[in-house]
Amino acid sequence: MLGKAIKTEPRPFAVALCGALLYAATTVGSAVVFGRITDLVIVPAFRTGRVGAGTLAAAAAAVLGVSMLTAVAIVARRLGAWVMQLRLHATYRRRITRHYHRLPMSWHRNRSTGSLLSNATADVDAAFWPIAPLPLSCGVLVMLTVTAVMLVMTDWALTLVGFSVGPAIALLNWRYNRAVVEPATLIQERRAQVSGIAHESFDGALVVKTLGRESAETQRFEQHSERLRDELIRYGRIRAIFDPIMEAVPNLGVLGVLAAGVWRIQTGMLSEGDVVQFAYLFTLLAFPIRAIGWVLSDMPRSVVGWERLQKVLRAQPDTTDHGGRIGRFGDVRGGPAETDLIDVAFRYESDQVLHGVSFRAPPGRTIALVGPTGSGKSTIATLLVRLADPAEGAVRLDGHDLRLLTRGAVSRSAAIVFQHSFLFDDTIRENITLGEPYSDEDVWQACELAQAAGFVRALGSGLDTVIGERGTSLSGGQRQRIALARALIRRPRLLILDDATSSVDTAVEAAILRGLKQADLPSTIVIVAYRQATIALADEIVFIEAGTVTATGSHDELMTRVPAYQRLVTAYADARSAPPESR
Amino acid sequence: MSAATAATGVEELDRRQPDGAWTTLVRGLRLTPEFREGLWVTLLLAAVATVGRVVVPVAVQQVIDRGLRTGTGEPDVTLVIVLVTVSAVVVGLTAVAGYFMNYRLSRATETALSALRVRAFRHIHDLSMLHHAGEHRGALVSRVTSDVDTISQFMQWGGVVLLVNLGQLLIATAVMLIYSPPLVLLVILSFAPLIFLLRWFQRHLSAAYSAVRERVAELLTAIAESIVGAEVIRAYHIEERTSRRLDDAVDREYRAQRKAAVLSTSMFTSAELFSGLAMAGVVVVGVLLGVDGQITEGRLVAFLFLVTMFISPIQIATEVLNEVQTAIAGWRRILNVLDTEPDVVDPATGSNAVEIPPGPIGLQFEGVTFAYPARDDEDPVVVLHPLDLTIAPQTRVAVVGETGSGKTTFAKLVTRLMDPIAGTIRINGAPLDRVRFASLRRRVVMVPQDGFLFDASIHTNVAQGRPGISAESVRLAFVELGLADWLEGLPHDIETRVGERGEALSVGERQLVALARAYVASPDLLVLDEATSAVDPATEVRIQRALDGLTRGRTSIAIAHRLSTAEAADEILVFDRGRIVERGTHAQLLNRDGTYARLHASWVAGTAVL
Repeated sequence: MLGKAIKTEPRPFAVALCGALLYAATTVGSAVVFGRITDLVIVPAFRTGRVGAGTLAAAAAAVLGVSMLTAVAIVARRLGAWVMQLRLHATYRRRITRHYHRLPMSWHRNRSTGSLLSNATADVDAAFWPIAPLPLSCGVLVMLTVTAVMLVMTDWALTLVGFSVGPAIALLNWRYNRAVVEPATLIQERRAQVSGIAHESFDGALVVKTLGRESAETQRFEQHSERLRDELIRYGRIRAIFDPIMEAVPNLGVLGVLAAGVWRIQTGMLSEGDVVQFAYLFTLLAFPIRAIGWVLSDMPRSVVGWERLQKVLRAQPDTTDHGGRIGRFGDVRGGPAETDLIDVAFRYESDQVLHGVSFRAPPGRTIALVGPTGSGKSTIATLLVRLADPAEGAVRLDGHDLRLLTRGAVSRSAAIVFQHSFLFDDTIRENITLGEPYSDEDVWQACELAQAAGFVRALGSGLDTVIGERGTSLSGGQRQRIALARALIRRPRLLILDDATSSVDTAVEAAILRGLKQADLPSTIVIVAYRQATIALADEIVFIEAGTVTATGSHDELMTRVPAYQRLVTAYADARSAPPESR
Repeated sequence: MSAATAATGVEELDRRQPDGAWTTLVRGLRLTPEFREGLWVTLLLAAVATVGRVVVPVAVQQVIDRGLRTGTGEPDVTLVIVLVTVSAVVVGLTAVAGYFMNYRLSRATETALSALRVRAFRHIHDLSMLHHAGEHRGALVSRVTSDVDTISQFMQWGGVVLLVNLGQLLIATAVMLIYSPPLVLLVILSFAPLIFLLRWFQRHLSAAYSAVRERVAELLTAIAESIVGAEVIRAYHIEERTSRRLDDAVDREYRAQRKAAVLSTSMFTSAELFSGLAMAGVVVVGVLLGVDGQITEGRLVAFLFLVTMFISPIQIATEVLNEVQTAIAGWRRILNVLDTEPDVVDPATGSNAVEIPPGPIGLQFEGVTFAYPARDDEDPVVVLHPLDLTIAPQTRVAVVGETGSGKTTFAKLVTRLMDPIAGTIRINGAPLDRVRFASLRRRVVMVPQDGFLFDASIHTNVAQGRPGISAESVRLAFVELGLADWLEGLPHDIETRVGERGEALSVGERQLVALARAYVASPDLLVLDEATSAVDPATEVRIQRALDGLTRGRTSIAIAHRLSTAEAADEILVFDRGRIVERGTHAQLLNRDGTYARLHASWVAGTAVL
C-alpha cells in the first residue's frame, strides 16, 4: 500500500522525505550544538569568569541557525506529507465513487448505504492515515542510526545506556500494539453496530412510536452502547498503562546518561558537554519515537481500511460491455423501440425470482405487466433497462441482446419510472433535465403531461425551487409526478412505468393516463399496474404469477380464459357487487 | 406531509447563534454527572503526573551543580547516584499517577458519554418531528454516534494532552523562576510576539477548520445521494455527470484541507523559531549572568532544557485546536437535541395522567384544529379547521379525500403522533393528552403506509406488536388475515429475513407484514393509513374481508385512496381542504351526489370491469 501511495504521489513524498531527513540532521545537530556550547562557552566562562563577545555571538548564531533550519525542515516535512495524504484521499474517493457506478445493482443491494458511504470516506481516511507521519518515521530511523553511531564513537558506557533504552522502547511499542489489536477491532465493530441500530431505529421511528416501543428500542441501543463503552474502557486502560511507561523510559534513559556520564567524567573519558549533548538528544528523541509507536498502532486500522477499498475496487462490474459492439444504434431517435424477453431466469441470492419469462412488446404498443404482490413484475422492469442482467436467457432491445450494447445505449432509448421516486437535492428543473440542455418550454410540457405543472407553479420559485434536504419537501404523489416528468421529457422510445402512480390520487392518475394516451409519444410502453383504468391503456396484458408468465393476450381474452387474472382485476368490482356476507 | 414546515426543532436550534465554546462545555459537563464524579482526584493525579516532566531538567541542574562542581574539583559519584535514584523513583511515581489519571479519565468519560448517547437516543425518539422529516434522519443518527465519538476522543486525548501541557508550561515557568527570574523575563519577552501571532493564527485556523468541516459534510451528502440514487443514475445514464459533481465536492474538500494544513504548519513551525530565539537569548544572557555569578552552571543548562518545554505545548495546541472545535461543535449538536422540547409529551408521571377507560373505544373531537407553525413571513398553514365529531364505539370508519385534504393529519391526531393547536380529543371520555402512552399505545395502534420493517425475520418483526408471541401465533395471524398462501411462498416461512428496512420484500409484501404486526397487537382502536396501498387488488380485498371479521366489536379508522375500503365501512368521513364535507354510509353519500360521489365515480371508472 505504501509503495503504491509513493508511486502515485512521488513529488510531495520526495519533499516530505527531504524535510524529514533535514529534520533528523537538525535535531541531532541541535544536541551537538548544545553540547559544544556547554564545553566551549559555558564551562570556560564559568571557570574563568570571562567570556568573549565573539564566542557568545557565534553560540547564538549557531542556535538560531539550527532552529531556522529545523523550521524549514518541519515545513517541508509536514506540508509534503499532508499534501501527499490529502491528494491520495481525493484520488481514492474519486476512484471508489466512480467504481460504485460501474458495479451491478445486485452488488449495491447487498450493501447498506452506510457501509458504502464509509468506504468512500472513513475507510479512505483510515487507509492513508499512516501516510502523514511516514516521512517523520523515516527521519526518526535516521536519527536513531546517527545517535547509535555517535554513541559508539563517543563512549561505551553511554552506548550501553542508549542501547538498553532503545530496545526497551521498541519492545514496549511491540507489546502495546499487540495488546490493542483486539480491543481496537472490537471497538470498530461495536461502533458500527451502535450506528446501525440508531440508523434503523430512527428510520423506523413511526413504527417505534405507533407500537409504543421507544423503551424497548432504547434498551436495545443501551445494550450495544454499553458493550461499546466497556471495550473503550478496556482500550483506555491499556493505553493508560503504556502511555506513562513510554514517557518514563526515555526519562530514565536521560538519568542513566547522567549517572554513567558523571562516572566517565570522573575517569576523564568524557567532557561535560558530551553528557549534556546526549542527555539533551535523548530528551529530543523521546517524542518522535513515541510518534512512531502511534503510527505502528494505527497500522492495523489502516490495513483494514486499505483492504476494504481493494475489495470495492476489485469487485467486477457484471454488466460488462461485451465488446460493446453496438453503440450507435441508440442514437436513432426514430420511432418506438421493440423489446422482448427470451426465456429469462433471474435469481436474487438463492431465491429464484423469475424463470422462463418470455414476452414481446412490439413497437408502439403498450404492454401491461399484471400479477399479484411479489410475483416479479418490478424485477422484469429493471431487467428491461439493464439494471441487472438475467441469469439465463436474454433481454433484447430492437433485436439486440442488451449485453451487446455499449454503456448508456439503453438509457438513450429507454426511461423507467420507479415505484419509489428518488429526487436529487437540487432544483426541480435539474431533477427533470438531469443536466441535459432541455428548454424551459420542454420542461413545462413534461410537467403538464405528468400533471406536475400545477403544483410546481404554486411553489415559490417554480422550476428553480430546490427540493430535498435543504429545500422544500414534496409529498409522495408530487415526487412521483416529478419523476414521471423526468422520464417523459426524454421522449423515450421505450417507457417503463413500475407502479409509478401508486401515491397519486385516483383523479390525478386518470388525468395522467389520459394525457399519456393523447400525447402521441414515440414510445413503446411497459407498465406495471393493478388498476383497471391503467390496464385499459394496454394493447396486451402479460400476466405474471410466481415469477413466470402464465398468460398473455388482450384483457378480454384473459378475462375469459384465465380465472386467476379475472379474480385479480375484478377484485374491487366483485367486492362492490358482493359485499361481505354479514353486516 | 409538508415536512419543511413541520418545525424540525433541533435544526432550528442549530441555525441559531451558537453559545460560546465555554458555555457549551460547562453545559455539556453539567449534563454528564458521571464525568464529574471524582474529577478532582483525577485532576490531582494529573498535577502529579505533570510534575514528572520537570524531573529531568532539575536532575541535570543538581548533577552539574552538586555532583560536578564539588569544590574539590572531583565529581561526587555517590551523590550523583543518590540524585539519579531519587529522580528515577519520582519518574516511576509520576508514571503510576499517570496510569491512574488516564484510566480514571477514560472510565469516567466513556461511562458519561455512553449515558449521554442513550439519553440523546431516547430523546430523539420522543421528538415527534422524526416522522415528519424523513430526509433529516441521517443527521440525527450522527448526533448519537460520531458527535459523541468526537467528544470522547477530545476528552481522553486532546483534552488531557492540553491539560498536561498547560500544567507543564506552568510548572516549567515555576522552576525557571526559582533558577533565574531575569532569564524568565527574557524567555517571556522572546515568546511575547508569538502570543499575538498565535491569536492571529488561531482565528484563521479556526475559520479554516470550520470550512473543512462544512466541506466534509457537503461531500458526505453528495456521496450519500449518489449511493441512494444509484438506480436512477444508472437508468438515466448520468454516471458522468454525477461523478463530475462528486469530483467537485472532493476538490473543494481537498482545497479546504490543504489551506488548514498550511496554516497549522505555519503555526506549528513558529513555535520552533521563537524557541530558537529564546534559546539563543538564554545562552548569551545566561553566560553573562553566570560570569557575574548570578546563576550557576547547572541552572543555566537546566534552563535550556526547560525552554524546550515551552515548544511542545504550543505545537500540541496547534494539533488539538481542531479537535477542541470539533468536540465543541459535537457538544452543541447534542445539547440542541436535548434542548428541543418534545411537542407531544407522555403524561406518564404527571399527577393527572389517566388510563383509557375500559370498554370499546369511542372518540370525541371538540373544536380540534391543526396548523403547521408559520415559517418566515408566511401565514401558518391550517391543515385542519376546527372539527367537532363523535365516533361511536365499535364503528368501522373510512376516511377519504384527496391528497392534502387533512386525512393523514386526522390519523396522526387520533394516535397522538401530533397534538392539535386547539381543541380537545377525548378517548372514551378521557382527554387524549392526559392518557399515559403505555395505555395509549397498547390500545390504539396505527399501521403507517410505508410498511417499515426491521432487519430481522418476519417473526421478530411481527413480535414487535406483541412481545414474546409464539411462532405458532405469528403463523396463525397470517392465516387469519388470509395470507397463508403468501407465507407458503417464502423460502423460510416466518423465519425469512426481510433485509434492511424490509427491502428484501416488495413494497406490498412489507405492508402485509406491517399489517400482521399491528393485528397481533390486538388493539381496541386500529388506525390504517393507506396500509395496503401497494398490495394487489385480490389480496387487498381478501385482507379487507378478513379485517372486517376480525375488527368486529372494535373500532377502526381506515384512510384509503382506494375506495374499496370505504364501500364496506359503517361510516365514511369525506375530507376536503381541512374540513369534513360529508359524512354517512356509502349508500347515503352516493345518493347525495357530492364530493364522495365524484371520488367514487372516478374510482369506479378506474376499476370497473371493462
